[in-house]
Amino acid sequence: MKEEIIIAGFGGQGVLSMGKILAYSGLMENKEVSWMPSYGPEQRGGTANVTVILSDERISSPVLNEFDIAIILNQPSLEKFESKVKPGGVLIYDSYGIPSPPTRTDITIYRIDAMDAATEMQNAKAFNMLVLGGLLKIRPMVSLENVLKGLKKSLPERHHKLIPMNEQAILKGMELIQKV
Amino acid sequence: MAEEVKLMKGNEAIAHAAIRYGADGYFGYPITPQSEIMETLMEEKPWETTGMVVLQAESELAAINMVYGGAGCGKAVMTSSSSPGVSLKQEGISYMAGAELPALIVNVMRGGPGLGTIQPSQADYFQTVKGGGHGDYRLITLAPASVQEMADFVTLGFDLAFKYRNPSMILADGIIGQMMEKVVLPPFRPRLTEEEIRAARPWATLGKRADRKPNIITSLELDPARMEENNIRFQAKYAEIEKHEVRYEEIDCEDADYLIVAFGSMARICQKAQELAAAEGIKLGLLRPITLWPFPYEAISHYADKVKGVISIELNAGQMVEDVRLAVNGRVKVEHFGRLGGIVPTPDEVLCAIKEKLM
Repeated sequence: MKEEIIIAGFGGQGVLSMGKILAYSGLMENKEVSWMPSYGPEQRGGTANVTVILSDERISSPVLNEFDIAIILNQPSLEKFESKVKPGGVLIYDSYGIPSPPTRTDITIYRIDAMDAATEMQNAKAFNMLVLGGLLKIRPMVSLENVLKGLKKSLPERHHKLIPMNEQAILKGMELIQKV
Repeated sequence: MAEEVKLMKGNEAIAHAAIRYGADGYFGYPITPQSEIMETLMEEKPWETTGMVVLQAESELAAINMVYGGAGCGKAVMTSSSSPGVSLKQEGISYMAGAELPALIVNVMRGGPGLGTIQPSQADYFQTVKGGGHGDYRLITLAPASVQEMADFVTLGFDLAFKYRNPSMILADGIIGQMMEKVVLPPFRPRLTEEEIRAARPWATLGKRADRKPNIITSLELDPARMEENNIRFQAKYAEIEKHEVRYEEIDCEDADYLIVAFGSMARICQKAQELAAAEGIKLGLLRPITLWPFPYEAISHYADKVKGVISIELNAGQMVEDVRLAVNGRVKVEHFGRLGGIVPTPDEVLCAIKEKLM
């Protein structure tokens, strides 16, 4: 098993932390893990992206030219990464930040209206967990149990009370995702 | 009990490994992309547990000279910075080499010259292994290619520094500093007591007792005859290091048609290029220098008669390639490929360059 994933969006959308939770979940499953962020001023409102690799074998490069899965949360990121999905791969996008949706026909495209759902839940912080839920529905690469363990590892103890909310958001995301 | 496998950034691994080594002090000044080293130390508050001092100095110059002072007392002390900050430390590094003091310096490189960019680079190779500061000195240079090596090389860097009474450097870059991977941290070692330091490091200036002459820590020697003697002693020491401390990793070199030489994060990207090449039936070997000084000349020379071409792939305009050419000595074509100023090539870009330049 090997999943090469790019998550890309605006800084502040929780792109890096979503990747971190995915990486910690992989750690809980004894997988090899790599998490390579874009770093610098782009974290503050520009575009941010993170490459996450989960694998049963030793990971060579943390830097990749193409991906099995792209999770795209704004238009500039779609323009940058749609062409970088491997043929036969998966692209997941949120229609809220993406007025012109992806057009490739040689990959499977999924839509998740996570921003709308987060607004409905009156909880902007649930956004990235809704998207993570969508990802895990179509590619159950890590178990929900290990995601919750991963959350516990990656969050400071004072935030552990938020874990049930995150679990709810993941489950909700699993319902929301749909094939385009 | 087996140590727990943790997930962390390379910079964080350096901080945790330093505490566990029993380091006595860290002195630094923040700069991207290595600020997590001091941030992690400040969060861990080792002064409350091991007694390790962590101090944000007023500048890089102050930090390196605090290291000089601590090292003169026989303490295990370190500093870290990124390229522009490491330029500022060069005077102190030269002084420590001249005064034969052990210390660990970490450079998490970013694109230059000047203030440059904060993105990853390997353009400080020349500065680190060919001088940097003034005078005939050498810096033991370790190039980690994983978060695990970031942790392991803290131990190795300190151990080599003390073994040879010479500063050593971990030369990493923004990728290795910022990425998270699995890591098993080294076991905790207690800090040496003052009596233990007096016994193990009799040169340390911890206060003269009646039974010995005063210890003097200085790089100054105005008598040129004596200064030449000092230099001859340094050179003998460097020759010992070159004889005993060369480290490198070989991946699929034995039956390779072409040889890649790459270090640090670039070696990881080249491993993926090797995988892509293998799928096309192209046999690429990868030789990864782990010590950049002393450089693995012999290991590379060994392959010069066996392959059709050698390429040095670096995040710079062609620096290590000069040492690769010295090793190969004209026996086979040696090329260079690199991206500059903070741009990192993808694995397929590396493979394209190898095909274009060697095949």
